[in-house]
Amino acid sequence: MSLAHRIIPCLDTDGERVVKGVKFAGLRDAGDPVALATRYNDEGADELIVLDIAASRDRRPTFLETIRRVAAQLAIPLTAGGGIRSLEDGRAVVRAGADKVTVNTAAVERPELISELSQEFGAQAVVLAIDAKRAGTYWDVMVRGGRESTSLDAIAWAKRGAAFGAGEILLTSVDRDGTQIGFDTALTAAISKAVSVPVIASGGAKLPEHFVEVFTKGAADAALAASIFHDGVQPIRRLKEFLATNGVEVRLPC
Amino acid sequence: MKLTIVDYGAGNVTSVERALQRLGVESRRTASPQCISEAGVLLLPGVGHYAALVRALDEQKMRAPLIDAINRGVPFLGICLGLQILYQSSEEAPQLRGLNLLPGKVQALPPQVKLPHMGWNQLVTKRESRLLAGIGAGAYFYFAHSYAALDSNGSVAATCSHGTEFAAVVEKQNICAVQFHPEKSGDAGAHLLQNFLRIAG
Repeated sequence: MSLAHRIIPCLDTDGERVVKGVKFAGLRDAGDPVALATRYNDEGADELIVLDIAASRDRRPTFLETIRRVAAQLAIPLTAGGGIRSLEDGRAVVRAGADKVTVNTAAVERPELISELSQEFGAQAVVLAIDAKRAGTYWDVMVRGGRESTSLDAIAWAKRGAAFGAGEILLTSVDRDGTQIGFDTALTAAISKAVSVPVIASGGAKLPEHFVEVFTKGAADAALAASIFHDGVQPIRRLKEFLATNGVEVRLPC
Repeated sequence: MKLTIVDYGAGNVTSVERALQRLGVESRRTASPQCISEAGVLLLPGVGHYAALVRALDEQKMRAPLIDAINRGVPFLGICLGLQILYQSSEEAPQLRGLNLLPGKVQALPPQVKLPHMGWNQLVTKRESRLLAGIGAGAYFYFAHSYAALDSNGSVAATCSHGTEFAAVVEKQNICAVQFHPEKSGDAGAHLLQNFLRIAG
């Protein structure tokens, strides 16, 4: 008996509709966030993440309304983010019904944002999202939706983020995102072993074996995927049963 | 039945309200000492820093009416920090006092495990529990915390382990408290809230 490994569907939205793309580009519509959230809640997802990947200022009220509508359907934790630049942005997301807030680009530019959020809501409510891309001998932290290099070492940034008060790391492999060839287990293991906070692995999932790999070799605490869940390629219930029979502890829905 | 939720300004009270609505129960939020004094059933959900909760209770003069109500036998459910506040004090803010309704101190979970203790975990039942009645032994509940009551005295009905064993379900007369979040624990959490409503009559 111990802490179960978590399966987390992610809804990338344009504020209002779920969208999807490959390597952060080529977006297309993938459905209604409330309908998907309801389905995942019933299928046994352990948490849900909703991101506003457009993150434009004038569409923010629309995204907050989406969070409210999604939160109303859930009996599991909800994380929300995308374009969180200030404590006030974080407050708005929590007030709309999110249990946790993700920060990314703005935290790279001003790491104090992490401590401000952490002091107000607790470390358990602050998720540092890191988009990492292999750059020779290290993994480079990418910002602005994975497009822009910072030349920051992802391992060092993860440690620093946790020291600033992040309670969790959402780690996306930019190289693997949308490829469906499996998680970057080397990256995930490197970060997971370097920090004392839980790590959510993201990017590249398709097969149930990919999930087994990222929980064992990758030492991930949770694994996130989007399109394979939206399209029904990988029903969550069946995925969890596969994990359980392969010795990965998961919470099986009744 | 009307429930009063102590809303001290932090965290996600809305999700507790929604979980109660799904069970067909109305609730109202309050930070008023008078409303706490008049409450028939009290819920105290807490997240974030221990100090924020203690300061809110003191600055908004909620401490005395809350203790009075609990001592008068008003059914009470504490969630997460709402469990921790029942003890004498917490290592998270050692200079501050808790409600001191249960003996012992809240301590940091040991650093050899990943913290916060975040996610779904199972319980070990220590004695017959009204809150856990009818809930399967293997049920998972959602936890998100770094401090816990490392307590296994008579009022602890069930424990959980993450680095060390800690109080997960506390039941002492009218006092009920859980370290996890029933409002985010799916069907098992809804069942536990239903049990509390039954206990509260």
